[in-house]
Amino acid sequence: MIRSMLFLPGNTPNIIVNGEILGADAVILDLEDAVAPAEKDSARILVRNALKYMGFGACRVTVRINAIDTEFWQKDLDAIIPVKPDLIMPPKVSCAKDVQTVDAYITALEEKLGLEKNTVGLIPLIETALGIENAYAIASASPRVRAIFLGGEDLTADLHCKRTKEGNEINYARCRMVVAARAAGVEVYDTPFTDVNDDEGIYTDAQYAKSLGFTGKSAISPRHVKAINEVFSPSAKDIAYAYEVMEAIRIAKEQGKGAVALRGKMIDAPIVARAQQTIAMAEALGLGREA
Amino acid sequence: MEKKLVSSLREAIELSGLKSGMSVSFHHHLRNGDYTLNAVMAEIANLGIKDLTLNASSLFDTHAALEDHIRNHVVRKINTNYMSQGLGRRISEGLMDEPVDFRTHGGRPRDISLGITPIDVAFIAAPTADCAGNCSGKYGPSACGSLGYAFPDAMYAKKVIVITDNLVSYPMQGWSIPEIYVDYVVKVDAIGNPQGIVSGTTRITRDPVGLIMAETAVNVIRHSGLLKDGFSFQTGAGGASLAAASFLKDVMLKENIRGSFASGGITGYLVDMLNAGCFESLMDVQCFDLKAVESIRTNPRHQEISAMQYASPAAASAVVDKLDVVILGATEIDTDFNVNVHTDSNGCIMGGSGGHSDTAAGAKLSMIIAPLFRARLPIVTDHVSCVSTPGRDIDVLVTQRGVAVNPKNEELMLRLKDAGLPVVDIRQLKETAERITGVPAGIKRGERTVANVIYRDGTLIDTIKSI
Repeated sequence: MIRSMLFLPGNTPNIIVNGEILGADAVILDLEDAVAPAEKDSARILVRNALKYMGFGACRVTVRINAIDTEFWQKDLDAIIPVKPDLIMPPKVSCAKDVQTVDAYITALEEKLGLEKNTVGLIPLIETALGIENAYAIASASPRVRAIFLGGEDLTADLHCKRTKEGNEINYARCRMVVAARAAGVEVYDTPFTDVNDDEGIYTDAQYAKSLGFTGKSAISPRHVKAINEVFSPSAKDIAYAYEVMEAIRIAKEQGKGAVALRGKMIDAPIVARAQQTIAMAEALGLGREA
Repeated sequence: MEKKLVSSLREAIELSGLKSGMSVSFHHHLRNGDYTLNAVMAEIANLGIKDLTLNASSLFDTHAALEDHIRNHVVRKINTNYMSQGLGRRISEGLMDEPVDFRTHGGRPRDISLGITPIDVAFIAAPTADCAGNCSGKYGPSACGSLGYAFPDAMYAKKVIVITDNLVSYPMQGWSIPEIYVDYVVKVDAIGNPQGIVSGTTRITRDPVGLIMAETAVNVIRHSGLLKDGFSFQTGAGGASLAAASFLKDVMLKENIRGSFASGGITGYLVDMLNAGCFESLMDVQCFDLKAVESIRTNPRHQEISAMQYASPAAASAVVDKLDVVILGATEIDTDFNVNVHTDSNGCIMGGSGGHSDTAAGAKLSMIIAPLFRARLPIVTDHVSCVSTPGRDIDVLVTQRGVAVNPKNEELMLRLKDAGLPVVDIRQLKETAERITGVPAGIKRGERTVANVIYRDGTLIDTIKSI
């Protein structure tokens, strides 16, 4: 259950070393934008060694590699795949073929190294207009794809518009990403909220992303992790209602009733599905009925 | 009565009868902004006086000129409670023939009052004074707030010289140190730059690891059973300690807890807590920032205390003994909870106890906040390279990866475990750190003793060797 994904620059040992305690469900160790070209090799070695010798406890690990139109991405994978991160995030993915190119390289590496196949997943970073239009194709391009990830900053540059706090300019992209991911049966993560000093704004932005159907949201600052986790966790009220729904269904079944009502409202299949999702999420997060 | 106001530092020194082999003293409220110690020592050197014992409540990098005075045998011996790393390195390299004696903020006034470290001439930098020597730190262009550490010097030195850059007409209003102790008064252009009094970071940390530790620290306090009406508290000026104070303020306001006092070096954050109603009073032995200076000048509930009242074991009673909780730092802590705040990872002097040992001994709950590692170095070790504060006085270590409770405080351990806090054995914290950083090679130290660490009761608790 990943609600929050926290970017950590791959060239900052003092930050990486504390990665697992910053509250995020997952960290994204970044070899791409956060790392200057001259430091690509040292960041790669640092991230590899952090995964190899240190580990991140219960925190899931994603490594953002460099884009496939650079000279770095294959070296990134050569170094990182042997230490088995949970996910690889290829950036600037614009079509299914981009995913398949990375997939093929990882598969070849797994064979060469004698690693179990398909254990490392992919979370393509979609941050171009073309990528948004191809979101479903990308999400369903390989069985390795576990989720897709929206990158709002690069996208707005590609759209020739300004990135705003309100985010109207990426609204279509957000909706399209959610629909594509759900249609492909994978998870979907929202772009980070970039004002690290706006403690209120992160709540609003995360709540909006959740309302659209995103699984979770990324952060570039640990200060945003708590808000994201709170927003993407089921509330105590949601959990209580979910258990009430399931209890009503159980009683109806025992009584042989077809139609079930709870507080005067019919409970249909989508309500039951949502209740099941809520309970599954609450259990995964260790939240009880009284949470 | 002899006229006290004299025309120059030189005249005051001559009139005081200072001679080679005697002892001079200084206080450190102007901290790294102090001009007075350098000016006085330069004049003493010009007079050809040598072999002095320098008793300074703390020494900072602004006092780097002392190096020359030591080389030229103007200063033969140093007694102090804290030394920042510039001079500390020189001392560690073996600059002095005699070891520095480190005391605590409580031990210094104890030993002055008991005659163990007699002072021949005390030099008191006073931001405002009158011609008779009534003086205060609260007023004037160089206002530094409390003059707490200067009180024992004023009371017990054979001769006392007040140096001020703000001479007011007699009698000055609101004096701290009265004329009865003062022999001479000198007017100078400037005693220091009050901007330099700022201690530590004085801002709440933005470092996420620091914030995690601060949050945990406040949870420890909440569940210690001590956070209730009448609560008393002290914390330092580090970023994580200030964040803890800020979080504690939120908890106290939310739970409507009215504390008794906060003490020690006072920051603007403690002033905010006073003004918000978290405490009845501040007990201020030194101001750590200018907001605290403004507060002690204007708010009667923000009270100046002397070093004796703050922490002296020789006093009939002291503030530190009434503390519920103190939050302290550490450069190293060992698995027996002994704490080092004197030396860095290379064994080089870069600090001192200050009030560390005094508050740890007095408070009901003494908490160390420290990250599990700094750069490549684990903070928890098998044996600290210098014992500043004995482990028996430390109750709990808060790190970003768990809380270690001293086994002697079984009740606290049970309380924190029951509250669901991440309580771990301190040896486990050491292993966790070493898993990440590796085990550092031991430091190779020299044979010479460059400093003695004297505990607040006068006993020698450790020695520091040359590097």
